[in-house]
Amino acid sequence: MTQPKTIIDKIWNKHLVHQEEGKPDLLYVDLHLVHEVTSPQAFEGLRLNNRKVRRPELTYATMDHNVPTIHRNVIKDEVSKKQMETLKQNCNEFGVELADIDHPDQGIVHVIGPELGLTHPGKTIVCGDSHTSTHGAFGAIAFGIGTSEVEHVLATQTLWQASPKTLNVKVNGELGKGVTAKDLILAIIAKYGVRFGTGYIIEYTGQAIRSLSMEERMTVCNMSIEAGARAGLISPDETTFEYIRGKRHAPKGEDFDKAVEEWRALATDEGAEYDATVEIDADEVEPQVTWGTNPGMCVPVSATVPTPESGETVNEKAEIQRALEYMDLEAGQSISSIQLEHVFIGSCTNSRLSDLRKAADIVRGKQVHPSINALVVPGSKSVKEAAEAEGLDNVFKSAGFQWRDAGCSMCLAMNDDIIPPGERCASTSNRNFEGRQGTDARTHLVSPEMAAIAAIEGRFVDVRQYTEQPV
Amino acid sequence: MEPIQQHTGKVYPLNRANVDTDQIIPKQFLKRIERQGFGQFLFYNWRYYEDGTAKEDFSLNEEKYQDATILVAGENFGCGSSREHAPWALEDFGFRVIIAPSFADIFYNNCVKNGILPVTLSEEQTQELMNRAEAEDYPLTVNLEEQTVSDEYDFHAHFDIDNYSKEMLINGWDEIAVTLTKQDKIDEYEKQTLGV
Repeated sequence: MTQPKTIIDKIWNKHLVHQEEGKPDLLYVDLHLVHEVTSPQAFEGLRLNNRKVRRPELTYATMDHNVPTIHRNVIKDEVSKKQMETLKQNCNEFGVELADIDHPDQGIVHVIGPELGLTHPGKTIVCGDSHTSTHGAFGAIAFGIGTSEVEHVLATQTLWQASPKTLNVKVNGELGKGVTAKDLILAIIAKYGVRFGTGYIIEYTGQAIRSLSMEERMTVCNMSIEAGARAGLISPDETTFEYIRGKRHAPKGEDFDKAVEEWRALATDEGAEYDATVEIDADEVEPQVTWGTNPGMCVPVSATVPTPESGETVNEKAEIQRALEYMDLEAGQSISSIQLEHVFIGSCTNSRLSDLRKAADIVRGKQVHPSINALVVPGSKSVKEAAEAEGLDNVFKSAGFQWRDAGCSMCLAMNDDIIPPGERCASTSNRNFEGRQGTDARTHLVSPEMAAIAAIEGRFVDVRQYTEQPV
Repeated sequence: MEPIQQHTGKVYPLNRANVDTDQIIPKQFLKRIERQGFGQFLFYNWRYYEDGTAKEDFSLNEEKYQDATILVAGENFGCGSSREHAPWALEDFGFRVIIAPSFADIFYNNCVKNGILPVTLSEEQTQELMNRAEAEDYPLTVNLEEQTVSDEYDFHAHFDIDNYSKEMLINGWDEIAVTLTKQDKIDEYEKQTLGV
C-alpha cells in the first residue's frame, strides 16, 4: 500500500513542473484571478519586456477594491477611475476576460470565483490578494501573491514555491446554536495567535468542519492569512460537489461525475501525517468580538477587554496597551458596554447570500439604533440579485440599513465607504488593523448575526440570548 | 532589481510586533498604477496627521533616521495584505535590509523580488540591535555572501536564508527570465495536463 498523503501533498505533487536540489519547486497555476489594485504594474512589466500572457484562458479579472457601491455611473475619484480604466485596457490588450463594473458577473474576486464555478477541488489558484485562501474551502491550494508574482504568473503560468509545511487545525465536536463559522475562525486565531500558521498550509479537519456549508467553509478558509498561513483548505466532500454542480464553469454531465471521482480521491488519506497539529473544541466556542488592532485580539462577547498585565512578555504588554489606546477602550470594561456608530455587513469573509439571510432574519421587523449608520454590501451582483429576489433588500431597507452595490467597500475603505476618524464600527470583514476602515477608525470584527444585532441595539449583544427572547 | 551582496547602513529601530502592511502603506495610496514614488507614504498614518503635518512623537520623523537604510522591527513583520506597495515604499524610502525575528510569508517573498534583504535573527538579537540603535547613531553591516550581521563593536550574528532567495538577491536576477529558461518543462507539463 502507498503511504497515506494529505490533500496538500497530493495537489502539490500534481502541479510540479520542475524540481531541482536547493531550489523551490516550480509549480503550475490552474487559475489566476486578477483585480485592479495589484495588477497594473504587472501588466506594465510585461509590456516593458515585450512579454505576453501565457494562458489568458486560465486568467480571470474583475474590479472590486475601488468600485463605488453607490452612484456607480459617476466615479468621482480620478485616481481610482484611472486604475479601473487601466485594468480594462490591460485585459483588452492581453486578451483576459474581465467582469468590469458594468458586467453582470462583477463582484469581490473571492465571491465570484466560486459562484461562477471557476473554483474547483485540486486546483492551484492564485491572486494578488491575501484573501485568496478563501478558495481553499473547495479543497484547492489557493494563496495570495505580490505584484511581481502576478507578473510572473501572467508570463509563465507558474510560480517558484518552497514545498510547504502542513498544519492540521482539528476542530472537534459541533458549534453551538448561534455560533458561526466566523466565531470559529476568530476563536482559533484568538487561541493560537496571528502567526501560528506562518510557513504552513493549513488543513481544517474534524466534525465541526464537515458540518459547515460551503459558504461557511469559505469564511473559515478566508481568514487563514490572519493566522499567518498563506493558504488554508478543507478536503472536498458531498457538500463541495453539490455546491459546484450546475455552476457555469463546472464540468457538466458525465464529465462532472468523472471530476467528482477525481475530487473525492484528493481528500486526505486516513493516517496521513502533518508537520504540526493544533486542536480546538467547537462546543466551547462562543460568539466572538475583536477588541484590539489585530484579529488575534479577540474575546467572547460575554468577556471583558483584557488588561495590559495579561500580556506574557514586556513587548506583549506594550502591544495590548497600544491597542487599548488606539481603540479608546478601558482595560476590564465589558464588551457589551462598547458604544458603536457604524455597522458593516459585507467583504470576502461574510457577504454571501447565506450571510445576508442570517443577518436579515435578525433585523426583520426591527429598526436600526438611532446612533448607528448601517451598511449592507453584497459580495457580488449575483448575490445582490438573489437577495433582492427573496426580498432581503426590503428587510434591510425598512429596518434602516443602506443597501449597496457589490464591492470590497468598507472592509478596506479604498472607495468612499470610509469610517470617520475616532468612530467605531462592528464589521463582518477580516481585519481590524489600525486605520483599515479609515484613518483613526476603530474596527470590531464579528459575525453577520452579531453585526445585525449590534445595528439594532447600538452595542454588542450575545446572539444566543437575543434569539431566545420571544419576538 | 539592484543586486545586494553586502550592505552597511544606519539602523532605524521600530520596536513593534505584528507591523501589518496596512501600516507600512495605507490603502489610500494603492490607487496609483506606478511602481515608484511610494516612499513619501511609508508608515503614513504613523508619521502624519490627516492634514499632512508630521507627528513629532513618531521616531521615523526624527532627523537622525532620515538616512537609515536598515530597519529593525519586532515579530511577524509585514503581516496582512499582500500589497507589494509595502516593499516598494520601504525601498523607495531607502531601506535595503529589514531585520526581524519573523516575517509574514507573502511580504518576505515580495521583499526578495524587490532587492530588499529580509534577515531573520532571534528575538534577543533583534532586541539588542534595537536597544543599541535607540541609544546612538548605529551603523550595521550585513553580509549576504557570508550570511552575517555585525557592528563596529561586539555584535556578530549569523543568519539563515534559503539558497534561492540568496542567489536572486546577490545577482539581482529577473525571475521571469530565469523561469523562461525552463520553458520546455512548462510546455511539456501543459501538453500532459491540458493537452495543448
